[in-house]
Amino acid sequence: MDFIIGHYNYWIAIFLMMAGFYTVISRGNLVKKIIGLNIFQVSVFLLYISMSTVKGGAPPIITKGIEIYSNPLPHVLILTAIVVGVATTALGLALVVRIKEAYGTIEEDEIHRQDHSL
Amino acid sequence: MQDHLSLLLVVIPLVAAPVAAVLPQGRLPWFVALMVTSACATLAGMQLWAVVHDGVISYELGGWAPPWGIEYRIDVVNAFVALIVSGIAAITLPYALLSVEKEIPDHQIPLFYSAFLLCFAGLLGITQTGDIFNLFVFLEISSLSSYALISLGRRRQALTSAYQYLIMGTLGATFFLIGVGLIYAQTGTLNMMDLAERLPGVSGLKTIHTGFAFIMIGFALKLALFPLHLWLPNAYTYAPSVITVFLASTATKVALYVMVRILFTVFPNGFVTATPAADLFVLSGIAGILSASVYAIYQVDVKRLLAYSSVAQIGYMALGIGFASAMGVTAAIIHLFNHALMKGALFMAVGAIIYRIGACRMENIEGLGRQMPWTFGAIVIGGLSLIGVPGTAGFISKWYLVLAALEQQAWISVVVILTGSLLAMVYMGKVIEALYFKPVTETNIVVKEAPMLLLTPTWILVIANIYFGLDAEFTVGVAEHAARALGVVAK
Amino acid sequence: MTHNLILRLVSKTVIPLIIVFALYVQFHGDFGPGGGFQAGVILGSSIILYALVFGLDAAEKVFPSTILRLLASLGVLLYAGVGVVTLYLDGNYLEYTVLADTQIAGQHLGILLVELGVGIAVFAVMLIIFFAFAGRGRP
Repeated sequence: MDFIIGHYNYWIAIFLMMAGFYTVISRGNLVKKIIGLNIFQVSVFLLYISMSTVKGGAPPIITKGIEIYSNPLPHVLILTAIVVGVATTALGLALVVRIKEAYGTIEEDEIHRQDHSL
Repeated sequence: MQDHLSLLLVVIPLVAAPVAAVLPQGRLPWFVALMVTSACATLAGMQLWAVVHDGVISYELGGWAPPWGIEYRIDVVNAFVALIVSGIAAITLPYALLSVEKEIPDHQIPLFYSAFLLCFAGLLGITQTGDIFNLFVFLEISSLSSYALISLGRRRQALTSAYQYLIMGTLGATFFLIGVGLIYAQTGTLNMMDLAERLPGVSGLKTIHTGFAFIMIGFALKLALFPLHLWLPNAYTYAPSVITVFLASTATKVALYVMVRILFTVFPNGFVTATPAADLFVLSGIAGILSASVYAIYQVDVKRLLAYSSVAQIGYMALGIGFASAMGVTAAIIHLFNHALMKGALFMAVGAIIYRIGACRMENIEGLGRQMPWTFGAIVIGGLSLIGVPGTAGFISKWYLVLAALEQQAWISVVVILTGSLLAMVYMGKVIEALYFKPVTETNIVVKEAPMLLLTPTWILVIANIYFGLDAEFTVGVAEHAARALGVVAK
Repeated sequence: MTHNLILRLVSKTVIPLIIVFALYVQFHGDFGPGGGFQAGVILGSSIILYALVFGLDAAEKVFPSTILRLLASLGVLLYAGVGVVTLYLDGNYLEYTVLADTQIAGQHLGILLVELGVGIAVFAVMLIIFFAFAGRGRP
């Protein structure tokens, strides 16, 4: 039981990761795929952020009288990763808009049927 | 200047990219990109020279000492890969002028060169950096711009293949991010050299093994290692010709470099053989060489055929890594260089055909060999190099690869390498048959030879193929030096 | 949207506040949580709100796409330019210490300029993305 409760942040991250990954693989709708990809990325962000917590640590802003701070580095890393995620989502959605204009659909199997691929 | 060499290599294209984006339409953006890539190629040459003669370069960004700050750490391996990337870019750019004007709408050309420079900066950043998270950032810079560039292809399939690549590439990069996170949680550092010091102490832990697996899978996706190669044939087929040339000869090479760097520098030596990783590399290498070569035979689109051939060639490099010996890694690095030369030349020649007739399916190109003799010549010599005929660069890499396999007494691998060459002969034979031995179709009879501006860069690469096939001293010397710098033990 | 009086009044009051808050986040980033990225997004959201309430054309009159593209490039160039200046002053790339007489003043000045560059670039890019999607398919 301790194993489950004590690592709850990892369980949440794993659950989100698998949910997102499954959505990317199983859905044929291109927008839903992007949403799945977002969930997948966010799970990794959570993993980093929860990792940076120090027991009893204050937020990493220098304040008088506080000795222990949480680790600020993962926050900075994840800020960068979030920016990357935003760019990826925007680019992905832009492609979906263009695909919709070119094919008239955003369903994967319909696109394959039109191109005679698969 | 000398001190900031390794930094300027990344900063110059990074600064030039936003400048190119706001330049007016016309040839000015192209000229900026040309200047930048030539400057970078020169700097990369100087950097390799400096590293070979004076040893490792370490550059501290912002003046923060490693492992706290980001460090650019250049040894022979990255200096060599940086030279390949910037050299290929500098040769591609003269070729780009006409090809891009033909394939890209006028109002998008400044943005095209801006994205190209960003992609270039990202690839160079990956090779230069010594910080594993900084590597992720550069990886995403290069990937995002390459998705955009691929989507600019003329046919609508370019959009779907860019989308497919975006999904696969982002999954790969996120896997890499998970792996880095797990390793950071265990060691508390992101600097590669610092990691190399700390990892041996904890390399038995499950966290480290999981992180290692995530990083390897993530980069195998970017590398298009069989069976994670599904995005590559589509992306290469539908991208604009210039982008196919550039990505085929640099992007996968840089991914391979990262693989080698993480396997042999960051992780303790012997880690790769202690885990199933080495066997998996050999296995996927063998499967990739055989299946992708067979796939290539059945393709009717020449670009797609060459793309499948690229998957097979990546298999050769994976084989070299999988041997995990000094000889194997040397062979992989030699092939990395030679493959950039031959695929660059071949895709350029195919691009020249597309420039003239707008397509490159087998039925479109019939008899073109006699109308476009120089382009045809480039395809023949590039094909010979791909097969590995003595006197071409391809022979050198096959030779070292076979030596590495013999050293391990991996007979199956030897047979596979030779079979791969035979299969290459079959698929390149198909292209040559269509180009030369089929009668000229009526539409093709008026086609003229490609313009000089396309032929010259193509032939520079073709001549490089022959030169480095006859005089292998430079490639082999640098590759052996690189394997030593990685600290791979000879078996 | 011309008849939604409440919406128009509220957003007219709120938009200046959002802009001021964005500037606070931008320039207080040295001392507290904040910085260029957050400020750029907040500032961008104020214009996006304006576009949602008063229409895309009105918003594009304030920030035409050519201006936005210039701003995005300018932001990146400001960031990279600070680095080039430090190189010129015999420092390493982005070594802010050399920018002013004392080490602390140099660090302050450097991070302020760099974050300003980030803020401008993020602001412009957010709007470019929004306009690109929202303006798609218009005659």
